[in-house]
Amino acid sequence: MSEQAPVAETISPTEEALELLQKRFKKTVRRDDREGYGGIVVDASRLEKVAAAIHDDLGYDYLSSATAVDYLGQGDHVEMVYHAYRIAGGPALVFKAQTPRDEAVLPTLTGVWPGVDFQEREAWDLMGIRFDGHPNLKRILMWEGFHGHPLRKDWHEPFFEEELKPFGSRWPDGHVQRSEEHNPYGKNVQYPAEWSPEAYESPAEPAIYDNINLGVDVRTDLATDRVIVSLGPQHPSTHGVFRMVVRLDGETIEGLEPVMGYLHRNHEKIGERNTFIQNMPYTDRLDYICSLSNNLGYAISIEQLMALGARYEPPTYRAEVIRVLMAELTRIVNHVWAIGFLLNDLGAFFTPMMYAVIERELILDFFEATTGSRMMCNYMRFGGVAADIPARIRGVANLINDRVRDMNTMDYLHSLIHERLPRAIDQLDEYLTTSEIMTNRCMGVGVLTRDDAIAYSAAGPVLRASGVPYDVRRAEPYSIYPDLDFDVAVRYHGDVYDRYLVRLDELRQSIRILKQVLPLLNDTDGQPVFTGRGVYSPRVPAGESYGRVENPKGELGFYVVSEGKQNPRRYHVRAPSFINLTALEQMCKGHKVADVVAILGSIDIVLGETDR
Amino acid sequence: MTDNDFLKELHNPDVPVPEGMQSAVAVTNIGRLMDSIYNWGRRNSIWPMAFGLACCAIEMIATAASRYDQARFGMEVIRASPRQADLMIVSGTVTKKMVVPIVRLYNQMPEPKYVLAMGACACGGGPFKEGYNVVSGVDKFLPVDVYVPGCPPTPQALLHGFIALQKKIDAQSLGNYNSVPWYGRGPSDAIPVPVLGPDLYDPRQGHIMRRQHEAAQSAAQDKQADA
Repeated sequence: MSEQAPVAETISPTEEALELLQKRFKKTVRRDDREGYGGIVVDASRLEKVAAAIHDDLGYDYLSSATAVDYLGQGDHVEMVYHAYRIAGGPALVFKAQTPRDEAVLPTLTGVWPGVDFQEREAWDLMGIRFDGHPNLKRILMWEGFHGHPLRKDWHEPFFEEELKPFGSRWPDGHVQRSEEHNPYGKNVQYPAEWSPEAYESPAEPAIYDNINLGVDVRTDLATDRVIVSLGPQHPSTHGVFRMVVRLDGETIEGLEPVMGYLHRNHEKIGERNTFIQNMPYTDRLDYICSLSNNLGYAISIEQLMALGARYEPPTYRAEVIRVLMAELTRIVNHVWAIGFLLNDLGAFFTPMMYAVIERELILDFFEATTGSRMMCNYMRFGGVAADIPARIRGVANLINDRVRDMNTMDYLHSLIHERLPRAIDQLDEYLTTSEIMTNRCMGVGVLTRDDAIAYSAAGPVLRASGVPYDVRRAEPYSIYPDLDFDVAVRYHGDVYDRYLVRLDELRQSIRILKQVLPLLNDTDGQPVFTGRGVYSPRVPAGESYGRVENPKGELGFYVVSEGKQNPRRYHVRAPSFINLTALEQMCKGHKVADVVAILGSIDIVLGETDR
Repeated sequence: MTDNDFLKELHNPDVPVPEGMQSAVAVTNIGRLMDSIYNWGRRNSIWPMAFGLACCAIEMIATAASRYDQARFGMEVIRASPRQADLMIVSGTVTKKMVVPIVRLYNQMPEPKYVLAMGACACGGGPFKEGYNVVSGVDKFLPVDVYVPGCPPTPQALLHGFIALQKKIDAQSLGNYNSVPWYGRGPSDAIPVPVLGPDLYDPRQGHIMRRQHEAAQSAAQDKQADA
């Protein structure tokens, strides 16, 4: 523990990279000189070699995010955008590769950063970029056989009304009609004109098993103990609607493939129709256990863009204090939840969960009093937060045992942070850490080595349990975290047990931060919490930004491209749950099938974010 | 409800009972007696299926935990297998990809079975309705008994939904084959499982698709004739 990642360097990564790359690759590498953009543009033909140089020679060993943007009408190309970091900390090197829309092909980078695997599959699925040499290029969020690539700008969903919100039917006219009434099927569906269901065999299910089969015909040739098992999407241990297809030899795992998209709610397509501020409540529903940290990530990303413009004031100090207060309380909510569920997965059904959830309810009471909602808080704004914390916590529920219903908020927070929460964490520690269930089933299970964790772009507790002290709060600080005193929790075995311990450490560090935040909250009492103009659609200058925060589950990033209008051109979420799953097969190989459940529990995924 | 009220409710008004006996005796027909015993047993032992879809599942778990304690309604036995469950709480956004297993799970549940649509998404698509992979309400495929609005509904709202379901069960009658399908002679028909084609295809809508094809064909012919 207590190894802090070094503070960010000051040399621009783009300049440094351009100098080296242009020497070697001449004109195939150039500066991205569009207004508001940064980074370098690489010729598609040299992408693989340049990427290898960025990884090996420049030392950008951690690929945080890879996503595609459709520039229809602005050059008619699709563009892959990569954000690479050094695991020692510091700003991103952004590099891009463009390919024509009609024939979108790029070389895969799975050989350089294996963590790009699922993100390239997502870009193929949603944006239709084919990756040459990708080992398993098939759809990931939609099903095989779905028509079209939905994030293309010219692809329209069945309930399509207009390109951009606010829709004319809602405002100013206000004559809303149910979308079902305009669809011949009364449902959210559309079919290609020539398609007929007769004699149609859906490729969706067989395609899942494409890459993970036994190599024998099971009907005639089953002289083997090897089987393929499909776990989920309805399974009590899959934390929602996650599915895994597992190839077993006896009980030992030979191969595993996550199957996702069962909760793909088209976050990004909807987000690109929405105005900037309309996306705030949608971010609540990404990682729905940590809505406030998601809000923070999105707010930071848009504030980065707004800072390019003239009339922007950064959030006040009090707003930042409240943001950190909320983010750290959210971390506690998430980690107690994750630990409770890990025990669920280990077979200690629901009792540890019950203990873990008690304190969560107390924090949720505070969230409800401040933001108006227990879970979907929709609280942060560009330039601050929506409202100050209330003077008193009151509630309408009048439960007999509920003594917290009318209290001074600061007293409430004080007793929560100084007494209730530390006690609850100690209690979890005391009951669980040395428990035989924990030690026997978790130690040495699901090991992810340090190098693998970095290569697979793992983030959050998964990365830090593998011995990498990488925390965005220290590696690229935001908000008031530079002023706060805390350690980056890190453990070195990379197994399930260490991931549990890292969460426990982080809980204690969050308490440490919260104890520093409380006096700041008192000192800043009465200051404004919002500096924006409170308009429905704030001005966001043209450009791109990638705002990232250390969410409880890992690094949450928002890549936003603005054209200076009311709506983003591209709105992409770098979801830690999604990318952490890339390493799942690596962690599970060689273990017993029962351990998969524990390993999945230790990654701590949430499906709203995985599938978006 | 006191025992006294319970007897009074069962009582057949056509049969006179002496004043002093009314708190001890009820004269009723066997159907009504059976209804109340059946319903009393069933309303207090509804076993939900362990089945969380999205955000609402978190509030569903909070409802099952100690503060809200759905055990008070006899609903704490959460079964992982649909074969052992009475109630499907559709707790979250139903996507096109997920509706296929949902319909299959529903078909696997033994009767009597109930569906509770929890949250805006399960009721009608919610904030994600316009999305290309979202089913705008689980009632497009399954018969829903109770709708609980909210995004997500608070645990109190979900408990209210449970009470509404109990009231619904109270009103069911063994003699009523028409409105309560599982009191009929055989099991009800399974719901046809949707197909993942170029888009989600509901086999019950084949006639609409044929009509669409015919309309498209005749439009094409008209165009040819015009040319």
